[in-house]
Amino acid sequence: MTSSAKAPAAGRYPAGGLAFPHRDLLGIGGLETHELLFLLDEAEQWVELNRRSSKHVDVLSGLTLINAFFENSTRTLLSFEIAGKRLGADVVNMHAATSSLKKGETLIDTAVTLNAMRADAIVIRHASSGAVALIADKVDCPVLNAGDGQHEHPTQALLDALALRHALRARGQDEFAGLCVTICGDILHSRVARSNILCLTALGARVRVCAPPALMPAAIEALGAEPFHDFDAALCGADVVMMLRLQNERMDGQFIPSPREYHRLYGLTSTRLARAAPDALVMHPGPMNRGVEIDSDVADRAGTSLIVNQVEMGVAIRMACLDVLTRRGRGVAGWGDEAKQWV
Amino acid sequence: MGMKQMRPLAITGGSLVLPDRVVRGTLRCAEGRIVALGDATAPQDGDDVFDAGGRLVAPGLVDFGVFAVDKPAFHFGGITRAALMPDQSPPLDHPARVQFLAYSGKPDLWVHPLAAATRGLQGTELAELAMMREAGARAISTGRRWIADSGLMLRLLQYAAMLDMVVVSHAEDSGIAGKAVATAGEMATRLGLPSAPAEAEALAAARDIALAELAGARLHLRQVTTRAALDLVRTAKQRGIAVTAGVTPAHFQLSDLAMGEFRTFARLSPPLRSEADRQAVLEAVGDGTIDVICSSHDPRGPEDKRLPFADAEPGMAGAETLLAMVLGLVRDGVIDMARAFQLVAATPASLLGADAGRLAPGAEADIAILDPERPWIVDSRRMEASAGNTPFDGQPVQGRVTALFKGGVSIRP
Repeated sequence: MTSSAKAPAAGRYPAGGLAFPHRDLLGIGGLETHELLFLLDEAEQWVELNRRSSKHVDVLSGLTLINAFFENSTRTLLSFEIAGKRLGADVVNMHAATSSLKKGETLIDTAVTLNAMRADAIVIRHASSGAVALIADKVDCPVLNAGDGQHEHPTQALLDALALRHALRARGQDEFAGLCVTICGDILHSRVARSNILCLTALGARVRVCAPPALMPAAIEALGAEPFHDFDAALCGADVVMMLRLQNERMDGQFIPSPREYHRLYGLTSTRLARAAPDALVMHPGPMNRGVEIDSDVADRAGTSLIVNQVEMGVAIRMACLDVLTRRGRGVAGWGDEAKQWV
Repeated sequence: MGMKQMRPLAITGGSLVLPDRVVRGTLRCAEGRIVALGDATAPQDGDDVFDAGGRLVAPGLVDFGVFAVDKPAFHFGGITRAALMPDQSPPLDHPARVQFLAYSGKPDLWVHPLAAATRGLQGTELAELAMMREAGARAISTGRRWIADSGLMLRLLQYAAMLDMVVVSHAEDSGIAGKAVATAGEMATRLGLPSAPAEAEALAAARDIALAELAGARLHLRQVTTRAALDLVRTAKQRGIAVTAGVTPAHFQLSDLAMGEFRTFARLSPPLRSEADRQAVLEAVGDGTIDVICSSHDPRGPEDKRLPFADAEPGMAGAETLLAMVLGLVRDGVIDMARAFQLVAATPASLLGADAGRLAPGAEADIAILDPERPWIVDSRRMEASAGNTPFDGQPVQGRVTALFKGGVSIRP
């Protein structure tokens, strides 16, 4: 099975490489709605593959994928590693802790070094906003943003959309138009929140964000989200509740008095969840602080909690992104130099 | 190069930018000073004659706040004197370093070191201000940071008042600004950059103005970039408080949109503001609330700028573009030519207590000949500065210095 064998829905996307005319995936911002849908649709085949006992294809055979993680990560790194390996790529992980950055090498020098090793795709996570774009500017292969500072985490937003779409379809609902999604937690420091606001609003959902004032970014309305400080009001009638981790390192009294006070105001309990629409879906990008932002009975409730599905969809989305972004380099028909529409 | 003016010089055929108007005429200088000027002045026997060819004859710029001594950039921009910020490595908190730097640009550039207000610019202990004054410091600066301790700031202002030195303050409340690299707003939110409300500036300005009034001191707020803080300065001036305000061209030319795509050349301190605040700065330049426009020249190479936005150093290479940006204000009708040179020469010179920055008999013969119409394009790859970190890269501008004299001696034909 090759990805190009599965043609996108007729008429829905521009042909060939024009369906996704970007070399890199740096953020949701700047992508068209049909480009987001294209990646979601491309991921469906990998969802199917990942549910079989034999999960290996050779789409990326012979290609080298470097996961360069300058910030600690467990699940995203693992997800990208599995995605690359299932597609047949040679996957190498570079951890910041063992890299020469500790020896004073600049980010640009690291980028040039990675480039000289002739990677076919580089996945980057970095603690500074804009760092991934900076590296992308210095390398010749596709770059995927696995999270840059407080800026974007595009594959997280895409996997959330895919998990949500699967759940909606299972209920006989289609797509996102009119859907009300409430995102609650540390919106200020969250790249997941930014990417999700951009992605969900582009797909047609209404997005509410909820946080105490200290954790709410300025002018968030300009991104298309409706801000709330009162969690109960933000939950009222919501179809989907997406909880974000409260980062313990910020719990030093600077932003929030205490975890238990935060739980009192913003913890998702079953009582609170009852204010949302009946059978509202619950999401969390993980890792969770059970008993702080989310109670276990809500997080583990079968039928409404999508938290495990999100992880599953993550691998499929990352496979889709790796496949699509390497098509030009692999010379897939319609994706070569003739489609010179790089944005 | 001998820099003593050997023979009198007559600059003919130009338009003289006087403190209040522009007139056609001749300017004569001798022994480093202006001796006569106007339409009744004529070259005398034995004068060297320089034909200005119809161009403007203006005072050399006095740049009130630079972070590096960068002579090629200064001379390109018509700058003959520069006040050096104490944010050096190590900071200018010791008389010996002040004395060394005060001579570092001579003979063709005069550097006026600004004494660090506190040891190491740490904001905790006063530096040896009187001794630094003896060593050549003409004013005191808190550096590119605010003194958070109000008690210390009051004692600093009282001491500076006794020494009759201006205190140049960086008005940005450090508790609110924290590690912010951008102004809170849509742009910072979209980019995911640490940001602080613009009000951090007004809060700091309000405190510093109140303490200056209490101490009877002269206060200069080096960069005032928000409507709220400009309103405070305007009101304070009406009440007769000795406060002056400065700004750089970045804050009247650019808004925070310039940070798009994480362009680190737009990483400045204070950060770029909203479009509404940019408009407020333009108004304040026009109505006289702003007294000084400086370059804040801070050339930074790739090791400081080719970094993620928040990790990059703040600052811009501004010396070459200062004059062109200010001439842009003249062309746009915000100010007239005479006032332009008040902003970039006369007022800074007077804050430094230097007898320069204006075309008048007795003043230092620091003179720039310029073609205010000459178009050029700012190109970060081709600059005189030691680094090309200009936020105005690619921008077409008008106005170039065609000749420069320091103390009556030609330094840039």
